[in-house]
Amino acid sequence: MRLNETPVLRVKNLIVRYGDGCPACQENLDKNRCALCGAIWAANDISLDVYPGETLGIVGESGSGKTTLMRSLYFDFTPTSGVATLRDHKDGQENIWGASAAERRMIRNIHMGMVYQNPALGLRMDYSAAANIAEKILAAGGRNAGQMTGRARELLEAVEIMTSRMGETPKNFSGGMRQRVQISKALANSPALLLLDEVTTGLDLSVQARVLDLIRKIKARHGISILLVSHDLAVVRMLADRTIVMLDGKIVESGLTDQILEDPRHAYTQQLVHSLI
Amino acid sequence: MNKNYNFAFLDEGSKREIRRASLKAVAIPGYQVPFGSRELPIGRGWGTGGIQLTLSLIGPDDVLKVIDQGSDESVNAVNIKKFVGLCADVKTTTDTREATLIQTRHRIPEIPMTNDQILVLQIPIPEPLRVVEASEEATKRMHAEKDYAPIWLELYESLVKYKRIAIATEYPCMVEERHVMNPGPIPKFDNPKLHDAECLCLFGAGREKKIYAVPPHTKVVSLAFDDVPFERESFAGKRCRLCGSAHTYLDETFDALTGEKVYQCSDTSYCKEARGQCV
Repeated sequence: MRLNETPVLRVKNLIVRYGDGCPACQENLDKNRCALCGAIWAANDISLDVYPGETLGIVGESGSGKTTLMRSLYFDFTPTSGVATLRDHKDGQENIWGASAAERRMIRNIHMGMVYQNPALGLRMDYSAAANIAEKILAAGGRNAGQMTGRARELLEAVEIMTSRMGETPKNFSGGMRQRVQISKALANSPALLLLDEVTTGLDLSVQARVLDLIRKIKARHGISILLVSHDLAVVRMLADRTIVMLDGKIVESGLTDQILEDPRHAYTQQLVHSLI
Repeated sequence: MNKNYNFAFLDEGSKREIRRASLKAVAIPGYQVPFGSRELPIGRGWGTGGIQLTLSLIGPDDVLKVIDQGSDESVNAVNIKKFVGLCADVKTTTDTREATLIQTRHRIPEIPMTNDQILVLQIPIPEPLRVVEASEEATKRMHAEKDYAPIWLELYESLVKYKRIAIATEYPCMVEERHVMNPGPIPKFDNPKLHDAECLCLFGAGREKKIYAVPPHTKVVSLAFDDVPFERESFAGKRCRLCGSAHTYLDETFDALTGEKVYQCSDTSYCKEARGQCV
């Protein structure tokens, strides 16, 4: 983690609101819903930085806005307002949410990799594992089939999937294997930022441990920055350098992971930490 | 000619609309132009797109040839020829060189066409991206943004599965480095004939209500990877059993008497000409 360098990702004042909203929304929020107009503030003024080589954890209960933040960054959702800049896109000078469709595609495929909680969102289940990885390279303009196959082989080996199975579709794979194929796909173009959305949710404990161990290895090997969403504090403790706690669409606490876990300040964080113990 | 109908069956307004769509298609090679596909006395899927193009373009001095799977005598070809003959009273032919307008299904004639001829192709599915994306809205956006990664993925998946690109017909091609186009259900053997062709090629899809075009001397490149070049079907070592041609697209048939596979030219008029018979 290099906090003195330019952040790989900088998010400022992200708002994702469903409904028109009203001038009195902020004073009348019941959790994240305006009691007057009914607008939902799924992400409410979120700002964060992710530094080179850093893993930033985001924790919070279901509906706290973690996935909304991640999928807004990956252009799955359109934010209501806010600015996000990437160090590797136009020297961090342009808001990626204002980029053209073609630029967004390039950002998605070259500068970022995403691993969804549900593999069906991140993988084409009817295409082979090799083709799933090649998809990212093709989207970035790659047109050499041999090189794509070589890259797919290398990445599948790295996530401990037998290359003899690279021609099989993810439909034939277990949940853990699907997540590992997703990780390979996310790394296909060596992005500077990896977005991991509840990657271990729904996996059994031994598989969870393998996936987490794999992510640690990837981070060590590639020095990649990671934005990690989880509702599981144990996962965050294992991987994150710094942690943000979200509640009802807002950031309620942030700091070094150890600090958050050892000395939580916000009542909700204290509740979270105590539930872990 | 049946005098109860307008010349070439369609009313003049309909013909003008189809001609306007054709002109737009010529102006933007490979781009699918929507048009108001008319009802015809044959069912959708039987070449209504091609027929509407033919009827909107044909004049009293034109000479029409219609082929289906390379044959001048198949049911589809004969019926279309009869229909146009009934309502336009134009001369019909089986000779590729004599025709000014050739309507075809599944083949491009073996004899190179010239700049005073028009080739009309009947197209069932005009959208080359349909195999990878079901939504019309999404495919339109993909064309607009030149987002063709999914069709490349389809080719790559074929390589993974079969160690070669196993797409025999509707092999996608890039037109003027801008639009990926479905050349229709022609064998990929015929794809190179579209590149830098002398004649105007018009593609009509009646059911899907789209017209698109490859004007003369247009760059049409079949998609291929840097290290896996495009390959046509190979008939190496095989010859037409009738004319002996070894460089044409051959149909594989079965000789019930000898039990052997035999091959013959798919383009029947070419085959007849090669044998020195009157076409």
